[in-house]
Amino acid sequence: MLKKVIVSVAILSLVLAAGMANAAGRDYISIVGSSTVYPFATVVAEQFGKSTKFKTPKIESTGSGGGLKLFCAGVGVEHPDITNASRRIKASECARCAKNGVTDVIEVKVGYDGIVLANSKKAKPFNLTRKDIYLALAKQVPDPAGGEKLIPNPYKTWKDVNPSLPAVKIEVLGPPPTSGTRDAFAELAMGGGAKKIKWIKALKKKNKKAFKKIAYTVREDGAYVEAGENDNLIVQKLVANPNALGVFGFSFLDQNTDKIQGSKVDGVSPTFENIAKGTYPVSRPLFFYVKKAHIESIPGMKEYLAEFTSEKAWGNDGYLSEKGMIPMPDKERGKFAEDVKTLSILSCGDLKK
Amino acid sequence: MNKPGQAANGGQRPIDIVKGGMVRRHRAERRFKIYGLSAIVLSLAFLSFLLISIVSQGYSAFQQTYIKLEINFDQNVLSGNLATANYQALVKKALYKLFPDVKGRGDKRHLAKLVSPGASFDLRKMVLADRHIIGTTREVWLPANDDVDMAVKGHYRRDVAESERRLTDKQLAWIDVLEHRQRLEKRFNVTFFTAGDSREPEQAGILGAAMGSFYTLIVTLVLSFPIGVAAAIYLEEFAPTNKWTDLIEVNINNLAAVPSIVFGLLGLAVFLNFFGLPRSAPLVGGLVLTLMTLPTIIIASRAALKSVPPSIREAALGIGSSKMQMVLNHVLPLAMPGMLTGTIIGMAQALGETAPLLMIGMVAFIVDIPAGFTDPATVLPVQIYLWADSPERAFVERTSAAIMVLLAFLIAMNLVAILLRKRFERRW
Repeated sequence: MLKKVIVSVAILSLVLAAGMANAAGRDYISIVGSSTVYPFATVVAEQFGKSTKFKTPKIESTGSGGGLKLFCAGVGVEHPDITNASRRIKASECARCAKNGVTDVIEVKVGYDGIVLANSKKAKPFNLTRKDIYLALAKQVPDPAGGEKLIPNPYKTWKDVNPSLPAVKIEVLGPPPTSGTRDAFAELAMGGGAKKIKWIKALKKKNKKAFKKIAYTVREDGAYVEAGENDNLIVQKLVANPNALGVFGFSFLDQNTDKIQGSKVDGVSPTFENIAKGTYPVSRPLFFYVKKAHIESIPGMKEYLAEFTSEKAWGNDGYLSEKGMIPMPDKERGKFAEDVKTLSILSCGDLKK
Repeated sequence: MNKPGQAANGGQRPIDIVKGGMVRRHRAERRFKIYGLSAIVLSLAFLSFLLISIVSQGYSAFQQTYIKLEINFDQNVLSGNLATANYQALVKKALYKLFPDVKGRGDKRHLAKLVSPGASFDLRKMVLADRHIIGTTREVWLPANDDVDMAVKGHYRRDVAESERRLTDKQLAWIDVLEHRQRLEKRFNVTFFTAGDSREPEQAGILGAAMGSFYTLIVTLVLSFPIGVAAAIYLEEFAPTNKWTDLIEVNINNLAAVPSIVFGLLGLAVFLNFFGLPRSAPLVGGLVLTLMTLPTIIIASRAALKSVPPSIREAALGIGSSKMQMVLNHVLPLAMPGMLTGTIIGMAQALGETAPLLMIGMVAFIVDIPAGFTDPATVLPVQIYLWADSPERAFVERTSAAIMVLLAFLIAMNLVAILLRKRFERRW
């Protein structure tokens, strides 16, 4: 027994020593970041790993904010090389990066993602406006009696919100506040709807914080159900409950078109073509950020960037569009491909505060 | 003096009171038994519901649809660098030959989509393994695309309008033709057991995650077993009873109840940020899980040591052995089965753990199968979580199949624990 213990301790110290030695260099790309970009980045990584001599990059799904935090922690092999984000980097995050020595960052926009509101095929499709969405889901809404006063959301059914909608109870399944999809939904759909009300729009110019509070706060009385980050689960729940609407990324609608249907928003259906054209209002850009200092030190970085920005990946008929990512217009694609080639650096001053 | 058997109250005999209450007492006893029985039936019902739902969803993942194609390993295509040649072209050519009347760019693209994009990697592997097949023509079974696979398995509804399906009418007709010509077949899904993760369901496998779990558990076992046993022996055999040992004991029991995510945060702060160990490595995963399983092993080992009767110790000391000899030669062998059982149960717990691994970066997309303790890796339960979150429909069944594999491992480990106990346990 004693011998065994000694042997195990010896093995362990060897293992630990090997671990330390290995940490000194890294022969694979380390990527962190948004769970929305994750399904697309993984496809590129896999393609890259199988078609080149390099190892397949490791991709962690940490969320946009978590990814930028890890990314900006410093330069060196123990820090990630690339972070994915479903929103643009904030000025504060850029400053944090600079403070930790991550001064040269390349910004690459990869495409767009639509956020859809969908319901079961068993029910009739919805035709909503962003104002309907705001009125149905905000915690506080303007008093229907008139005046610049807010009251707790009184609406129970969609018909209460807008007489042209069916008399169905408002029940929306969506992601929790930690999710980037939720942030984008609040900003684009609810915020867009709130701006349709004149005095709230005027408020945005005067007091941005107050506007955000009014426009982006989701009601908590049970009409909006936080269904977790798992979009598949939301799809399953929609099939079981034809009265409910669900909020998730376009790729999940794309994969389940035989079971669920997307609602029109402002008269536009959430189709691939409409999101690509930019007519569907609830869509957001997807990004990734690259540490320039790592491009030389980590093997395969240049090739990975080339793979991601190649036409066969992010082009109109590329394999990413197959997975549900909406490609950028040709001109924008050209610009970002050029940025990657010349490794042009993002300046924190360009970001809005 | 009352006569025996005659009650003081109202002339009722005690036996009558007892008899009078008998029916009620019997009823109460029956009820009590039924409560217990129904609790067992209920939990069995939940368990079987769980198992049935997982197995009924997951069993089809052990099969995968393959399409047989007559591949011509064309010399013109396979010239130059064999690693980067256009193998996709070979697949397309074979498909077009099979359906010569398919014209038009759109139709041809739809036709090519029947076969998995991974088929070209299969062909590359074949060519790199044996260069003599260049220039020959062979029948090759290639994996079908996940949408085709789902349609063949009946997971897609065919009766909805064409625009609402992942497959077009033509594609469904081609599938039927292939099936009719016996060129389409469901076969055992070898890839599922031999590949790492992939974003294409038909190329995704659990070997990567299983190996990650294996390396992680090795580290956990190598660390937690000796440390746990040594701690238990000291506390049980050598430590004086005073308030320090009491304090240690209370803390060990508390540690066993600490939520596992806390160990993950500790691992992040200590192993990654302070020691600078690599992220996503089984080494760090094992270290964190060691912290989690240690209390379980210490408690089980102490119980095993306690159950060895004092007479053994006294006899050993009585014939002149030292305390160390007494422990190593007499007490430890008798306590070992109990200790091993506790260790295996602790390991099984560690195998199913995801929360602490989240913090140290083991929730990641990893394609390459890890080959060591510091390679990036993920573990089985994390793989299940990642697949459950993937949009592709075919991952639903693969998620359930991965759960079945994990359950099989857990059952096997618990079975070993039971066997060890049955085989070696001694009753005093």
